[in-house]
Amino acid sequence: MTLEKIPTVTQPIPLEPPRYLGSRRRPPGLSAALRLLVPLVLLAAWWYGTATGLISPEILAGPGAVVAALGELAATGQLGDYLLASAQRAGLGVLTGGGIGLLLGVVAGLSALGEELVDPTMQMKRAVPFLALVPLFISWFGVEETFKVVLIAVAAASPMYAYTYLGVRGVDRKIVEAARGFGLTGVRLAFGVIVPTALPNILMALRICLSVSLTGLIAAEQIGATEGIGYLVTLAQQYYRTDYMVLCVVIYAVLGLLIDLVIRGVERVAMPWRGQVTAR
Amino acid sequence: MSDTVSGTAVSIRGLRKAFGAKTVLDGIDLEIGRGEFFVLLGPSGTGKTTLLRILAGLELPDGGTVLAPRRRTTVYQEPRLVQARRVLANVVLGLPRSAREAGLAALEEVGLAGHDRAWPATLSGGEAQRVALARALVRDPELLLLDEPFAALDALTRLQMQELVAELCERHRPAVVLVTHDVDEAVRLADRVVVLRDGAFAVEQPIDLPHPRDRNDPAFIAHRRLFLSHLGVAATAH
Repeated sequence: MTLEKIPTVTQPIPLEPPRYLGSRRRPPGLSAALRLLVPLVLLAAWWYGTATGLISPEILAGPGAVVAALGELAATGQLGDYLLASAQRAGLGVLTGGGIGLLLGVVAGLSALGEELVDPTMQMKRAVPFLALVPLFISWFGVEETFKVVLIAVAAASPMYAYTYLGVRGVDRKIVEAARGFGLTGVRLAFGVIVPTALPNILMALRICLSVSLTGLIAAEQIGATEGIGYLVTLAQQYYRTDYMVLCVVIYAVLGLLIDLVIRGVERVAMPWRGQVTAR
Repeated sequence: MSDTVSGTAVSIRGLRKAFGAKTVLDGIDLEIGRGEFFVLLGPSGTGKTTLLRILAGLELPDGGTVLAPRRRTTVYQEPRLVQARRVLANVVLGLPRSAREAGLAALEEVGLAGHDRAWPATLSGGEAQRVALARALVRDPELLLLDEPFAALDALTRLQMQELVAELCERHRPAVVLVTHDVDEAVRLADRVVVLRDGAFAVEQPIDLPHPRDRNDPAFIAHRRLFLSHLGVAATAH
């Protein structure tokens, strides 16, 4: 490109329909089918591998054996009891730990003083694997319910803190400034403006907290438990039952799916302003 | 005005586009010549921007044919610079390394020589928009799409930017489609103005005034009055 460019072109330029740069809307059925595709392929490979004897039952139990184990567990009523017990522990732990993480995250994200007071400690805490705290917690709380809930709470606090902090820091300062100008401070500012705006991050954190709580359950229910899905893992290991081992994996996978579905539902209800936004 | 270049830059036949039940473009026919400065005027929500986005390939038409040159670039209402890249990198975004010199020349043309190493966040609104203009010009477009590029600027900067765009388009002679709701801006820059209303062209008017145009010229005022009346605004209020 030169500064004194004078157009002398008289030849016609080729014209064409503009190539579409946006994304095409796909039928919702196709999207659902694609979501199911990879899990179904894995399931088929598992079934095929065990049915043809390519995979020995010693290594991996087949779908039939796993379904039988599930039936056994369901018939005795243990499955329901185990899920309920674990859900209570996880729920209580995520509620307290996540609540504390949320509170600290908002405080650290909102005020410089809060950040200075809270953040270094939380970053150090985040670096400590919560499994390393198991022996210490057992000596403090015993092996009963308190220990289990506290362990999950401690595990859940870190991701909730980190994501909330990020989300709150990401809230447009100009909007916060305007809200302050309208007299909002403290709790009203936090829950009227900051938390709703940071909600995408907070729900992301909740997703991770719930997954982490599943890990916490395995550690917590290894000791001093007579029911729970973590206890089931321990049992399968003790009696070397590959069908139960696989069943545990399946239960965790289904729980993961349920967590995802629930959070998606919550997102839809709690963030009605999303999903209607298009680039204009 | 368009005597040094000839031929067609944009050809639209029977273009239709609807969003849900609302038809925003209802059978539009339009030819834009090479080097022509075409202004699409209309109140907000009438589909001006949709027409421009279809030309840019950002929306799909529901019906009709649209033909445009391959080399076309867009300047949006916001600068849309990549905050994590320096100004020059933004200007030559996606171009080969050899475009560096051209990028520097484009920055000089928009009056930002020496700002090539600056970060976008350090620029004022007008400066950022000039970077966006340089980014569009460095690609030597045959069709330049301007989507209310001055709307977010303050009144003084807007006048300077209009001046700059007029000057640059005079020099490079791309075909231009400018979308705006500012009547004075339209009369000041256009070779031809079209008012879009209810999905169709309400009025189409060539502007044959010499540049630079004086807004107190009776012909200028007559054009302004015509467009304002088609926009449903009393001209005396201006």
